Amino acid sequence: MDYVFQFGTVWQDWPLLLHGLWATIRLSALAMVLGLAIGVAGAWGDTEGPPALQWPIRAYVELIRNTPFLVQLLVIYLGLPEIGVRFDPDAAALVALTVNLGAYAIEIVRAGIEAVPEGQTEAGLALGLHPFQVFCLIVIRPALRAVYPALASQFILLMLGTSIVSVIGAEELTAAANSIQARTFRAFEIYFTVLALYLALSLAFRVAFAAAGRLILARVP
Amino acid sequence: MIRGFSLGDVWLLILAARWTVLLSAVAFLGGGVVGLVVAVLRTAPVRPLRWAMSGYVQLFQGTPLLLQLFVVFFGANLLGFTVDPWSAAALGLTLYTSAFLGETWRGSIEAVPVTQWEAGRSLALSYGQQLRLIILPQACRIALPPTTGFLVQVVKSTSLTSVIGFVELTRTGQLVNNATYRPLLVFGVVGGIYFVLCWPLSLTSQFLERRLDLRRPRRRRRGHR
Repeated sequence: MDYVFQFGTVWQDWPLLLHGLWATIRLSALAMVLGLAIGVAGAWGDTEGPPALQWPIRAYVELIRNTPFLVQLLVIYLGLPEIGVRFDPDAAALVALTVNLGAYAIEIVRAGIEAVPEGQTEAGLALGLHPFQVFCLIVIRPALRAVYPALASQFILLMLGTSIVSVIGAEELTAAANSIQARTFRAFEIYFTVLALYLALSLAFRVAFAAAGRLILARVP
Repeated sequence: MIRGFSLGDVWLLILAARWTVLLSAVAFLGGGVVGLVVAVLRTAPVRPLRWAMSGYVQLFQGTPLLLQLFVVFFGANLLGFTVDPWSAAALGLTLYTSAFLGETWRGSIEAVPVTQWEAGRSLALSYGQQLRLIILPQACRIALPPTTGFLVQVVKSTSLTSVIGFVELTRTGQLVNNATYRPLLVFGVVGGIYFVLCWPLSLTSQFLERRLDLRRPRRRRRGHR
């Protein structure tokens, strides 16, 4: 092997990498918040909502969970403009990530809701609370607490999945790597460096979620 | 030149799905073999082996598959192998699959009660015999539903190999779209084909999970007969 590794050329571009890293974190965080909101709302509709709401939710969950994220992204970014819905790459990336995470979050939160004993709901109803109040005040908190670890690992999978949006040119870490690669032709060095950055990021997310779990879940009754 | 989207294009996409299925099968079989080694070493009574395998799993579960494919593709070229997209895709997906299956199967091995190991030892079986004759057959049953579920993940993951230029279902979709410019229709059909491949696997996984739950031996009442 007579190849000379030149990681120096990669480090000259560290502002670009840092910028990409920040974009990845921002994109992931936004998608997590929006996806979780869809997850809670969808899980409510799936477990408590009217049947007319249940089957579209089931269809959405199964459709998303059984097709690749890349295809969902291409449908949203390339396909939807055909019917007049146009996004720029960054918006399309956020929409696709949110739609994707939402489906997984519904499944996870639903499992949490089903784990809350029936007696809790009955107690709430016996106190004269509206079913929606029972859901918001009694059921959802223990449900989320029960599935917090599953949600956290789904969030990390989502963060890793953001690399795929580089395919449509949305701004994030892998796209930054691609642009450096196109200029320097140091493909291995740049992708290896970015691989390490993602590994560090996923470890950081795991630590952050564990800490947040201890802080929030321990205090909320 | 733009031409219309015809039934011939649908047929082209269905044919391209063969490559998706083939790549999934290769990745699953290769990943299964390596994953079994990972799972066994991960539960072995030798600490450095467990650490090494834990690092291996962390590396592949903590980084995006897309980047793993890039590193395999460009890295192998540096090492002097001329890799075509097919080999890079097969190798990258095999490594990725092995890490996930290894972790799943480790959980299944650890789910077998430790008394089963002890029973084997008290019969003077060697470590290998305990593993092969007592633990793995029971672990297999526990592992079956999540393994089938992960197969869905493998099929979906193969779509990423389109980015390094392997012409499978998604890449063919992009090519057909370039010729016809009917993206909603083309990627709708592509998504539909993936769904037809994955949905039965998901249902099977759910079915196996329920059956395993039902067949789980009930705790026998004490003092009964």
